Amino acid sequence: MTIKKSKSDYIFLICNYTIFGLLTLICAYPFYYIIINSLSANDLSAAGLVNFLPKGLHLKNYTEVLKLSGLPLAVLVSVGRTVIGTACTVMASAFLGYMFAQKKMWHRKFWYRFMIITMYFNAGMIPMFMTMRILHLTNTFWVYILPAVVQPFNIIMVKTFVESIPPSLMEAAEIDGAGVLTRFFKIVLPTSKPILATVAIWSAVGQWNSFQDTLLYITNQKLYSLQYLLYTYLNQANSLATLVKSSGSAQAAASLAQQQTPTSIRMTISVIVVLPILFIYPMFQKYFVKGIMIGAVKG
Amino acid sequence: MTKQHLKKKSTESFTLFLLIVPFLILCFLFAYFPLYGWIYAFYDYKAPLKLSQCDFVGLKWFKTLFSNPTQVKQLLTVLKNTFAMSFLGILTSFFPVLFAVFLNEIKCKPFKNVVQTLTTLPNFISWTLVYSIAFCLFAPSGMLSSVLIRLGVITEPLRILDSADHVWLQMILWSTWKGLGWGAIMYLAGIAGIDQELYEAASLDGAGRWQRIKNITIPLIMPTYFVMLMLSIANFLNNGMDQYFVFQNSFNKQSIQILDLYTYNIGMTGKSLSLATAIGMMKSCVSIVLLTVVNFVSKKTRGESIL
Repeated sequence: MTIKKSKSDYIFLICNYTIFGLLTLICAYPFYYIIINSLSANDLSAAGLVNFLPKGLHLKNYTEVLKLSGLPLAVLVSVGRTVIGTACTVMASAFLGYMFAQKKMWHRKFWYRFMIITMYFNAGMIPMFMTMRILHLTNTFWVYILPAVVQPFNIIMVKTFVESIPPSLMEAAEIDGAGVLTRFFKIVLPTSKPILATVAIWSAVGQWNSFQDTLLYITNQKLYSLQYLLYTYLNQANSLATLVKSSGSAQAAASLAQQQTPTSIRMTISVIVVLPILFIYPMFQKYFVKGIMIGAVKG
Repeated sequence: MTKQHLKKKSTESFTLFLLIVPFLILCFLFAYFPLYGWIYAFYDYKAPLKLSQCDFVGLKWFKTLFSNPTQVKQLLTVLKNTFAMSFLGILTSFFPVLFAVFLNEIKCKPFKNVVQTLTTLPNFISWTLVYSIAFCLFAPSGMLSSVLIRLGVITEPLRILDSADHVWLQMILWSTWKGLGWGAIMYLAGIAGIDQELYEAASLDGAGRWQRIKNITIPLIMPTYFVMLMLSIANFLNNGMDQYFVFQNSFNKQSIQILDLYTYNIGMTGKSLSLATAIGMMKSCVSIVLLTVVNFVSKKTRGESIL
């Protein structure tokens, strides 16, 4: 399709590239801004002088912030819930998707509907909170994991996939004497890797970013997730700066450039929280896209 | 088939069922059992007590919502915010379509990839982080104020986040920032699936860029847009709480409280768990009705359900 380009075509293209360039900049610059500022001299940063390139590079912000009580633990909690939660969701989705594809199961249709229909209603925040209290799950790590295990949408995805595996493959295994579980581990898990990767990546991001469950169910500071800790730090960074200052005895001698300010603390923690996403997202972009595409097909 | 054979079959089918029982229990505990919590809406529940120790008050909380003048006024404000946010959300739901259509006009692959990766990125960070970014850029000590002061444009730091002005606009801008690129992904895939011959035929017939967009691209991605639109109507009352919760402060509270946040504020930090349950209960019911209606409309107009 190489037709001669008219003048209006050129104008259109220039406008189009400019607009998309700007949009991209608007999306990317804030991330860049917090990263360069968390690495720059804090007095320059506070004066608003660090906007394009880092100035007076130092890592003091990071070493100091990591000394804050609570932060290493929150990292552990967040990593823990992401790893364990994702593993549970993936295994449960794979297993249930596979099981619901077993036509022989007792009242299969009923139980399938029993699970899937939960996508369309929810009791609301307060009844959910009361439930967690009744089940003694408030202030436990399991409140992050257990409610996330059964995910109807993932189950539909895996079930559709399992039903597309050639039946001959399953039958051959059955004749060879492979039981339901053996077939699951030997055939279903290996063949459905792409779809499980999609489930895993979505669930991991969900777990990492989740904020509301800590807010509602957790009062014990030891179980704070990184997201929640960031939120509390955002609201009290003023007192935090003094905390860091008084705790480090060497701080008294530290130059103004390396002294922590509320803003420097905020930005440093934000960078720590956003970094995993910044690394993971571009690498696994295709899985993210695949997830939403399957969703679109299923409606 | 022999009797023994039949028996073996039925035990097998029951064993299959037993394997999923643990998951059925989890599903029951976290999806069905909480519905029982709606009972709190009919009691005057005081926090540490047992439900049996509290008074049964019948429909008192529901009546309060509609009869007590201050309560009615508050609820109306909250509903106004909720409707405004949802309505603005629906108005801006066409942006991703435009984004996809115009991005498709860019033929330079690397540029397109960079745009796509970077504009979808904000969708994957939490609202806490969005707020943190907002704080770094727009707080009185943030980037915008310090740059403008240094340039001599203003003398006092700007108060953007802690002000009662333009709250709705700010909220819709943030959700657009977060969701625009990602929202376009589905349409981009739709466009990629359009038969190229259609475009070639149109070009041969002398159709220009705009005509191709207007007569081929847009009509072919409209069905997807329709589904998204229907879903956002079904979710009219469900704005989600995170965004509004993190941006909430004492200055903007009156314009930022949407239903979910209001439920949280009166249930978890404020007056009454029972009242909050009553509000949540009505919200859930309205949502189910909306979903059913939307699904019905979709079936009638497209012959396909969206569920």
